[in-house]
Amino acid sequence: MGQPKVETSPKVSDEVRKTTCYMCACRCGINVHLTSGKVTYIEGNRDHPVNKGVLCAKGASGIMQVTAPSRLRAPLRRVGPRGSGAFEEISWDEALATAVAWLKPLREEAPEKLAFFTGRDQSQSFTGWWAQQFGTPNYAAHGGFCSVNMAAAGTYTIGGAFWEFGQPDWAHTKLFVLFGVAEDHDSNPIKIGIGKLKARGAKVVGVNPVRTGYNAVADEWVGITPGTDGLLILSLIHCLLEAGKIDLDYLARWTNAPLLVNAAEGPEKGLILKNAESQPFVIDKRTGMPAPWDGAGVQPDLGAVWQGHRTVFQHMAERYLSADYAPEAVADRCGVPAGRIRALAAELARVAFDEAFELPVAWTDFRGDRHESMTGRPVSFHAMRGISAHSNGFQTARALHLLQILLGTVEVPGGYRLKPPYPKPVEAHPTPHFVAAPGKPLSGPHLGYVRGPENLAIKEDGTPWRIDKGFTWENPFSAHGLMHMVIPNAHAGDPYKVDTLFLYMANMSWNSSMNSARVMEMLTDKDASGEYVIPRIIYSDAYASEMVAYADLILPDTTYLERYDCISLLDRPISEPDAAGDAIRWPVVEADRDVRGFQSVLLDLGVRLGLPGITNPDGTAKFKDYADYMVNHIRRPGVGPLIGFRGVDGQAEGRGDPNPDQLARYIENGGFYQAHVPDGAAYMKPWNMAYQEWAVATSFYETPQPYLFSIWSEPMRKFQLAAEGHGFLQPPDHLRARLKVAMDPLPVWYPPFGEAAAEGYPVHAITQRPMAMYHSWGSQNAWLRQIHGKNYLYLPTKIWEAEGFAEGDYARVTSPTGEIVVPVAHMAALNPDTVWTWNAIGKRRGAWALDAGAPEANQGFLLNHLISELLPGEGRVSNSDPVTGQAAWFDLRVRVERVGPQERAEPAFEVLPRVVPKGRARV
Amino acid sequence: MNPAPSVIVFTVLSGMGFGFLALLGLTGVSGTVAFFLWGLGYGLAVAGLVASAFHLGNPQRALLAFTQWRTSWLSREAWASVITLGLFAPQALSDWLGLGLGRGFGVAGAVMAGVTVFCTAMIYAQIRAVPRWHHWTVPPVFLAYAVAGGLVLSGVSVLALPMLCVLGVTLALHWHFGARAFARAGATMESATGLGRVGAVSVFEQPHTGGNYLLREMIHVVGRRHAERVRMIAMVFSVLLPSLALAWLSGGVAVVVAAATYLIGALAQRWLFFAEAEHVVGLYYGRR
Amino acid sequence: MTGLPERTEKKLGLVIDLDTCVGCHACVTACKGWNDQGYGAPLSDQNPYGADPSGTFLNRVHSYAVQPTDTAAQIINFPRSCLHCEDAPCVTVCPTGASYKRAEDGIVLVNEAACIGCGLCAWACPYGARELDQAAGVMKKCTLCVDRIYNEALPEADREPACVRTCPTGARHFGDFADPESKVSRLTAEREGFALMPEMGTRPVNRYLPPRKKDRPEEASLLAPLLDIKATGLAGWLDRVLGKI
Ligand SMILES: Nc1nc2c(c(=O)[nH]1)N[C@H]1C(S)=C(S)[C@@H](COP(=O)(O)OP(=O)(O)OC[C@H]3O[C@@H](n4cnc5c(=O)[nH]c(N)nc54)[C@H](O)[C@@H]3O)O[C@H]1N2
Ligand SMILES: Nc1nc2c(c(=O)[nH]1)N[C@H]1C(S)=C(S)[C@@H](COP(=O)(O)OP(=O)(O)OC[C@H]3O[C@@H](n4cnc5c(=O)[nH]c(N)nc54)[C@H](O)[C@@H]3O)O[C@H]1N2
Ligand code: SF4
Ligand code: SF4
Ligand code: SF4
Ligand code: SF4
Ligand code: SF4
Ligand SMILES: [Mo]
Repeated sequence: MGQPKVETSPKVSDEVRKTTCYMCACRCGINVHLTSGKVTYIEGNRDHPVNKGVLCAKGASGIMQVTAPSRLRAPLRRVGPRGSGAFEEISWDEALATAVAWLKPLREEAPEKLAFFTGRDQSQSFTGWWAQQFGTPNYAAHGGFCSVNMAAAGTYTIGGAFWEFGQPDWAHTKLFVLFGVAEDHDSNPIKIGIGKLKARGAKVVGVNPVRTGYNAVADEWVGITPGTDGLLILSLIHCLLEAGKIDLDYLARWTNAPLLVNAAEGPEKGLILKNAESQPFVIDKRTGMPAPWDGAGVQPDLGAVWQGHRTVFQHMAERYLSADYAPEAVADRCGVPAGRIRALAAELARVAFDEAFELPVAWTDFRGDRHESMTGRPVSFHAMRGISAHSNGFQTARALHLLQILLGTVEVPGGYRLKPPYPKPVEAHPTPHFVAAPGKPLSGPHLGYVRGPENLAIKEDGTPWRIDKGFTWENPFSAHGLMHMVIPNAHAGDPYKVDTLFLYMANMSWNSSMNSARVMEMLTDKDASGEYVIPRIIYSDAYASEMVAYADLILPDTTYLERYDCISLLDRPISEPDAAGDAIRWPVVEADRDVRGFQSVLLDLGVRLGLPGITNPDGTAKFKDYADYMVNHIRRPGVGPLIGFRGVDGQAEGRGDPNPDQLARYIENGGFYQAHVPDGAAYMKPWNMAYQEWAVATSFYETPQPYLFSIWSEPMRKFQLAAEGHGFLQPPDHLRARLKVAMDPLPVWYPPFGEAAAEGYPVHAITQRPMAMYHSWGSQNAWLRQIHGKNYLYLPTKIWEAEGFAEGDYARVTSPTGEIVVPVAHMAALNPDTVWTWNAIGKRRGAWALDAGAPEANQGFLLNHLISELLPGEGRVSNSDPVTGQAAWFDLRVRVERVGPQERAEPAFEVLPRVVPKGRARV
Repeated sequence: MNPAPSVIVFTVLSGMGFGFLALLGLTGVSGTVAFFLWGLGYGLAVAGLVASAFHLGNPQRALLAFTQWRTSWLSREAWASVITLGLFAPQALSDWLGLGLGRGFGVAGAVMAGVTVFCTAMIYAQIRAVPRWHHWTVPPVFLAYAVAGGLVLSGVSVLALPMLCVLGVTLALHWHFGARAFARAGATMESATGLGRVGAVSVFEQPHTGGNYLLREMIHVVGRRHAERVRMIAMVFSVLLPSLALAWLSGGVAVVVAAATYLIGALAQRWLFFAEAEHVVGLYYGRR
Repeated sequence: MTGLPERTEKKLGLVIDLDTCVGCHACVTACKGWNDQGYGAPLSDQNPYGADPSGTFLNRVHSYAVQPTDTAAQIINFPRSCLHCEDAPCVTVCPTGASYKRAEDGIVLVNEAACIGCGLCAWACPYGARELDQAAGVMKKCTLCVDRIYNEALPEADREPACVRTCPTGARHFGDFADPESKVSRLTAEREGFALMPEMGTRPVNRYLPPRKKDRPEEASLLAPLLDIKATGLAGWLDRVLGKI
């Protein structure tokens, strides 16, 4: 018998359709293979800028998502008590009529009674605009509980952020330091980047209490104690300053280091000194005289003292040269030996300065000065929620940006590069809009960047305009709102009660809330009259999530392969440092259920409500559906949701008339469009006129917006001044002290708020994203749940041994506000005072169309039950960063005790009844 | 390894059957007794072989298993068992019907029965990935079980008693070496992963929280806790009790009691043979 | 055909870089996705939404804790699939000839039409590279994507294994080890690629690249302070620093 013949060239499929993945928010390009009209295989699109052909574990399992039995099938109306899961299927007409009956009176009488919040929404520029047309100030997406600390600190400091808004110059960087990242939104780009560094043998340093994933491949691991990164970074800065290893030229030219800080006692103290034209100025080294900050040929003097006013540079140096920041002073607190800190500082300096290189790219800066080359400093950093999700996260992120700036490594070759439409200074962002008036749209977008107390969303009586208390003294720079406070505040009637809570794509009764058990109660609590405290809840989900049971009306969404979506430069695009990019999704398969794309449903609702912008004067619909909106909506003249193939001939980029053929062109192009940054404009973008002009042409702003990086933050100082008693707008007394500390115009470190209540709770408890799971929605995927079907609490050797733990044991984990009993496992590569688990593996029994016996629902668990949404002490102050309102998930402190082997984790909640039929294997 | 009932029953019954058939082949019986005794032998051997089919994912293709006798012990076993059963057939018929055939077929069959049992043993002994099996003591154990089983059934205590002693010694040796086999094979988590060059290796996280074939089939850890007790049971039931029964009781009662205890012992031994056999793949899971 | 070929023209296989693998499991599900609709029977799942889900995968990613003697504990991710051994015991044990090693390229395959599902080959494999599909009753294993690497229906660039194509970090490489100039041969030579469990005598084709040395023991800083700031104060420091411009 010979060797069998194998068919080595089988046909793969009938057809390939290119669209955008949505197994997570990374937005990779995918090739969807169809055979006989069914999805049979999904692979990465090699031409796509985000993933260049690769796919992660989730993306490659998409087929199990679009066939999951958990998919909702039709609109649902609650028939039993809330939380009981008793629903009846209704028609779309009925569903929409119900929603209109609830919403119309609100719009006419008190639009703020609608709270519309969206989760990992990729259409925020649309959902926000819809809420604006409705007129409610109560809109935000998930950024507040996610990573607004990074977004805000970056925007206020360098005009761009970590998160997915920038990335290391993977091609040139030689030393990459990663702070607090397990996965990030830029999942595949970071992996591709790390792969490139590894292939080159470049060095990766991971600063993280836990050594897994990216930190596992890091050449050096700094197992820091949670919440202390700011201190570590300021100590690195101390070492660099002490040794004079800083990029003075960069500081003088591109940052506000040479600007003068007002030294005069009074309401202007600490603000940047301005001239008669209200312009900041520098002292020119050539003349010793004041000169415009943006004057041609000016050589700003970092060491200048003018009429008693010193430069930002001197203030900064004075602060961080202090012995308080010496490695020896911070080592214990950070859990990092002093020698290690010094060695890291030395390595940063060595690579930044000794391995500097010149890229022979000539360019002209905004002062008109021409440069023959660009200096590369091959040190780059990235950071995300490990820094962000602490109550000192904003300042810590600021500190990290300061470190980057001192090394001269932002926007230079080899350093950290922003992706268009960033860089973009605070001044180019809107301020928040919040004034609600019956029957009227809001005057502008909800979310924005506050410049001073005058932009706060506070009514004359001192109460907040917004239900989440965004943009108040409690969290003045809450640029993404505070999703995590909506339900608690609405329940408490603080600042006021709402009528309808409208949620989209956010699993708020489970993994997305702090104190999940209590949130479930808030959603089901009734007042004295027997009415629900939160009277109405409308929810759009695509799947049978935990949240579904708590809504009164369910608007079932399509899956990502069944609808149009728009990944727009107006909100979170798919740009690369070298190109602005946007993308679409389109229905590559038809939905086989009575479901509708949520954005189209919102438009339909808008027409039924007669919202301006959505409805023609004659009451007819302006847009047929979302696809029509994507093409024909005009945000500013010539600017719409998509930048590609604009104009009637489809040739215009960035600006141009709507093109009826636009979506077809996108589909032809693989579902995305890229506008390439011109040669010579790829680096030094904030100051590079070639870039600035291209950015204007491509519609990011109307005029060039060069700016200086803010080492000293004037908006922050304005709040600090207010806290010191200056000015007409004054914070409430109970917040004065913390504002003084938190709104420091120079980066500071203070202990995370969790520490205050931590007596008796010595252990830090944190979570990480598993690379092969997306929050709650991965568990319905039959392939992925075999990889992560349950989670353990990982204990460091110190605790494992001290408590005598053994394999198979459970532990009682207690925080100041809660208790859980969960399975544990040992991990040596872990900070000795930290425990952790994978995020959102734990499921409520009965949810997600899983059997009640599913391991996710029995051994799997959430840490969220231990986290309080409020800080201890008087008043209802949210457990958030005091600057941005970022949820402080990782401030959690616990105590861990051994309880021995156990069958299942606690707390256990009642089984949720099914809202979808039982699932079988895919055939 | 997973002590699958089908495989345990297969090896125990077919071994005992072939042992008994061999004895019949060599000694010769006649008349109705022959019918029943040959019938018993065939019954055991065939029942064992049939049981083995329950282990197959696609038994309908079982005939293909005859094709690879050049390399595969399982294929050789298939051939050997068929040849053996074939060789015995004329002998059995002759014994039953008194056809007066010489013992030629019986002797040849007996030799092939030994070969068959040896092939069965080699299916396991060839597997280097299971160090406990990959040892010279495995064929002797299988052969000793077969011969002793045959003798116990025959009730010829003068032969059975010494054979049971041999079985006892073989078992003891097998267990003695078995306990050291894994270590001697040299496979460790360090060699399995090649990470010994970095340091001491342990599992941080399993590749899947769900189950899979490997965990069910190869990484069966449940039984090992009882290994010592099962070893005792095996020794007592397959060696000691049959010997006592044959020595103290007599006639049919002796055979029935001895055979019954022997079967229990053999099943226990075979269960343990699988249950305590550690496959090196367990190293990847940090479990052996 | 369970005799092993004397030699194979090519020795196709994978190099897996343990210095780079972040343990993302992308190769696991990409493999499942391709092979679920590719060569042979689909890779079935049992109890997919139930209490005890399990299924057939041809590639699994382990995660090990490794404790060096002088530095901090490490985590090393470790993908595991068929190594396409030269002395493949899984082939020789097969009673039906279903399991075989291809003479032209060394790929070890199962001819499912001849497989009786006896499981012996999986027993013989030291590496756990074979899983018996519970629905089809046939043995499944990594095919090295034999239906991709020569597939003329695919664009040239895609003629590589699904796991290699998807790996976001580029930790997986595919090629011919018989060609000393191939990428896999060069990587193996440069980075001292190793084989798993050589003591099993299987002579695997696949190679693993070891993690690079991590966490150099603490060293003295080369960053000397410019001067004693306590003594000179900020002014002294400023003079020193700015004098450098
Ligand atoms: N302990 C702890 N808790 C955390 C975090 C943490 O680190 N630790 N992280 C926090 C962070 S950063 C975030 S962003 C949140 C994430 O929290 P969520 O945004 O709530 O994330 P998911 O669990 O993914 O839930 C989103 C919901 O969207 C639904 N969905 C999925 N696809 C679609 C679709 O196409 N259409 C519609 N309409 N719905 C869809 C899902 O079914 C699910 O119910 O969790 C937060 N919670
Ligand atoms: N696969 C997958 N990808 C995802 C998601 C997902 O659920 N699954 N979710 C998406 C979402 S919504 C978000 S917000 C991003 C978030 O992506 P990441 O920012 O990577 O968020 P986390 O996984 O929460 O990781 C936080 C990391 O910080 C570490 N850490 C905690 N405290 C500290 C500290 O004080 N200091 C330092 N240095 N490190 C600390 C933790 O150990 C962990 O490694 O991921 C997105 N991408
Ligand atoms: S990272 Fe993975 S899940 Fe997210 S979009 Fe990309 S392929 Fe899809
Ligand atoms: S895809 Fe690549 S990085 Fe991810 S687990 Fe597999 S080999 Fe490792
Ligand atoms: S790894 Fe296992 S299955 Fe693959 S060839 Fe080697 S022995 Fe056979
Ligand atoms: S399971 Fe199939 S391939 Fe494996 S040895 Fe048995 S017949 Fe051969
Ligand atoms: S080569 Fe193909 S079959 Fe083998 S592990 Fe990779 S994807 Fe799976
Ligand atoms: Mo997030």
